[in-house]
Amino acid sequence: MSDIILEGKDLKKYYPIKTGVLRRTTGHVKAVDGVSFELRKGETLGIVGESGCGKSTLGRLLMRLEEPTDGHVFFGGEDMAKASTSQMRKLRRDIQIVFQDPYTSLNPRMTVGDIVGEPFEIHSDVIPKGGRRKRVQELLDLVGLNPEHINRYPHQFSGGQRQRIGIARGIALNPKVLICDEPVSALDVSVQAQVVNLLEKLQNELGLAYVFIAHDLSVVRHISDRVGVMYLGKLVELGEEDQVYEHPTHPYTQALLSAVPVPDPTLRGKRDQIVLVGDVPSPANPPSGCRFHTRCWRAQDVCKAEEPILQDRPDGVTQHRSACHFAEPRTVVERSE
Amino acid sequence: MNHEQATPTAAYQPVNGRLLEVEDLHVEFHTRDGVARAINGVSFTLDAGETLAILGESGSGKSVTAQAIMGILDMPPAKIPAGAIRYCGQDLLTMPEEQRRKTRGPEISMIFQDALSSLNPVFPVGWQIAEMFRMHRGMNKSDAKEQALRLMQRVQIPAAKERINSYPHQFSGGMRQRIMIAMAIALDPAVLIADEPTTALDVTVQAQIMNLLHDLQEERQMGLILITHDLGVVADVADRIAVMYAGRLVEKADILPIYAHPAHPYTKGLLDSIPRLDQKGQTLRAIAGLPPNLLRIPEGCAFNPRCYLAQDVCHRDLPSLREVAPGRWSACHFAEEVLDV
Ligand SMILES: Nc1ncnc2c1ncn2[C@@H]1O[C@H](COP(=O)(O)OP(=O)(O)OP(=O)(O)O)[C@@H](O)[C@H]1O
Ligand SMILES: Nc1ncnc2c1ncn2[C@@H]1O[C@H](COP(=O)(O)OP(=O)(O)OP(=O)(O)O)[C@@H](O)[C@H]1O
Ligand SMILES: [Mg+2]
Ligand SMILES: [Mg+2]
Repeated sequence: MSDIILEGKDLKKYYPIKTGVLRRTTGHVKAVDGVSFELRKGETLGIVGESGCGKSTLGRLLMRLEEPTDGHVFFGGEDMAKASTSQMRKLRRDIQIVFQDPYTSLNPRMTVGDIVGEPFEIHSDVIPKGGRRKRVQELLDLVGLNPEHINRYPHQFSGGQRQRIGIARGIALNPKVLICDEPVSALDVSVQAQVVNLLEKLQNELGLAYVFIAHDLSVVRHISDRVGVMYLGKLVELGEEDQVYEHPTHPYTQALLSAVPVPDPTLRGKRDQIVLVGDVPSPANPPSGCRFHTRCWRAQDVCKAEEPILQDRPDGVTQHRSACHFAEPRTVVERSE
Repeated sequence: MNHEQATPTAAYQPVNGRLLEVEDLHVEFHTRDGVARAINGVSFTLDAGETLAILGESGSGKSVTAQAIMGILDMPPAKIPAGAIRYCGQDLLTMPEEQRRKTRGPEISMIFQDALSSLNPVFPVGWQIAEMFRMHRGMNKSDAKEQALRLMQRVQIPAAKERINSYPHQFSGGMRQRIMIAMAIALDPAVLIADEPTTALDVTVQAQIMNLLHDLQEERQMGLILITHDLGVVADVADRIAVMYAGRLVEKADILPIYAHPAHPYTKGLLDSIPRLDQKGQTLRAIAGLPPNLLRIPEGCAFNPRCYLAQDVCHRDLPSLREVAPGRWSACHFAEEVLDV
């Protein structure tokens, strides 16, 4: 049996742009445009990239909260698009999601007990009605919330606690995969660490696999086994965490990593920072060839003409996938300690 | 490009390079649920050419401090029961309204936390920048527009000439933030307060903006107050740091010693709880518990419920901010112990 639990194959999601009184479709936002990757059992795959590059859309496609325009999602080797209704119900239990914003993603009129227990209402065969309250309290305890607070409402909790409620709900049905869309981005640093530690603890105890979406590259490095870097709807680099962070081969990854401030004033001015010029182009009208060529200092004619594919580009040092015609490792983050 | 220095106007001269002096500032909000003591005796100084970072978690009082300096708190519900905010030696809180108006804005200006909501959506950005020159410098329309264009170019808006008549929604988040910077520096302020200027932005854009702020500061010897909760950004740009917790300063020091040896358990906790890009760490040492509710700040030291060092005295006596080593200020009863480990 393969250890790949979730696989995306050439996933695309185009949103129509409608204009005029007739609401005619005049173009498409290519939010996700040909993304392939695999997630192994019990591992964490981090997805990073700038705002608007398609991370959340990818998460929704994997959850099948949205139908892909093209491409496939395989869960345990089965094509989700071909699953029967009853198979789909089972799949929905196995993949769960935790959303970005702990302030708006919880229904303010439901108690914590109702929110965390809602999956049991939808999948009523999992736990008999009588046992649900007890199970919800166990879940609250597991995520570090007071089980006695089961009748409280979301507004009575802090941001970090609300994110824990979202996580408790996400793991209620014992999923195999948890998609975490920026689970700590809205939290303060001191509270962020609590939630990151919780996610790691749950993974160890329950054998969960995570797709961890975030724009904070330090947090992603901390929690991930493998990392995918997205730019304008595409994965540009994908590999083991230390490969991507210590030997990035795509210029975009290099620029992204070099721009992350390191909390160490003794390194000030000593890091070689790659400052990108220009803004991210619109996903409705992405550049030809390599989408990064408009901001890339290494771009040649071929980059405008030919789209580089995400593939292994072995060079003696690195062995991971990169979508650059001129992939070449460059150290931008010195490992310390 | 004009390289005129951001020296205060004739009315103001810094004393020994000192631009700003905040002393024992208190701010409270009178709400239905009671009095929220948002700022409880904050003191710090800012010199020309210096960058002071104010660090602290959400709700600790960073923005309220900035708003008090700028004089933009709504009173009521806000009230300033005590304190002084001196600009070049003159107290902004007690000076006549007319003089205060001529100081805040031209001399001390601010970049706000949320760029989109602080630009007016119905006017072109070039017009909004030009308005600053018309209002404060009495320039005519075409001179003001010319100055606006120069500023847009200075903050690196691509194709500024073509975009001077564009509206805020036609710019990306990073470009809107640069427009805000343009407006904030338009009148050559001596003091610039930047409240989370890059929090909503991506790292690559953040890097562009921090570099820009740095260049402007060097060029004009501006005093910069940078408000943020990002310890990485602070490490890159600050000369000195003030750490806030529950409306008080709990630590104050130069940048290098504070990162190497924090003197307050909260600062230490913050530094320990962030994952680092250049390390593949184990479990993060999170600070337990939550920041306090300002309506019910704990007795003694406000940090005591979360502190690994807390003793009886911490539940009883409020520690004052004291000099615990040369140039090192900490509001902890056990600062010496924290420094030692
Ligand atoms: N329902 C939709 N209709 C039209 N366009 C959409 C829709 N959802 C997303 N988009 C667009 O698709 C692109 C990708 O959006 P997405 O939310 O996936 O980005 P993201 O990487 O999660 O960004 P962020 O870091 O800001 O959360 C954006 O340009 C966005 O405006
Ligand atoms: N108009 C107001 N009425 C009542 N309380 C207020 C008001 N404005 C601010 N406060 C309170 O004052 C405290 C300090 O707020 P402030 O905005 O300074 O926090 P901050 O440190 O800037 O946080 P953040 O990092 O979230 O921006 C908060 O607890 C806030 O709820
Ligand atoms: Mg998103
Ligand atoms: Mg604030």
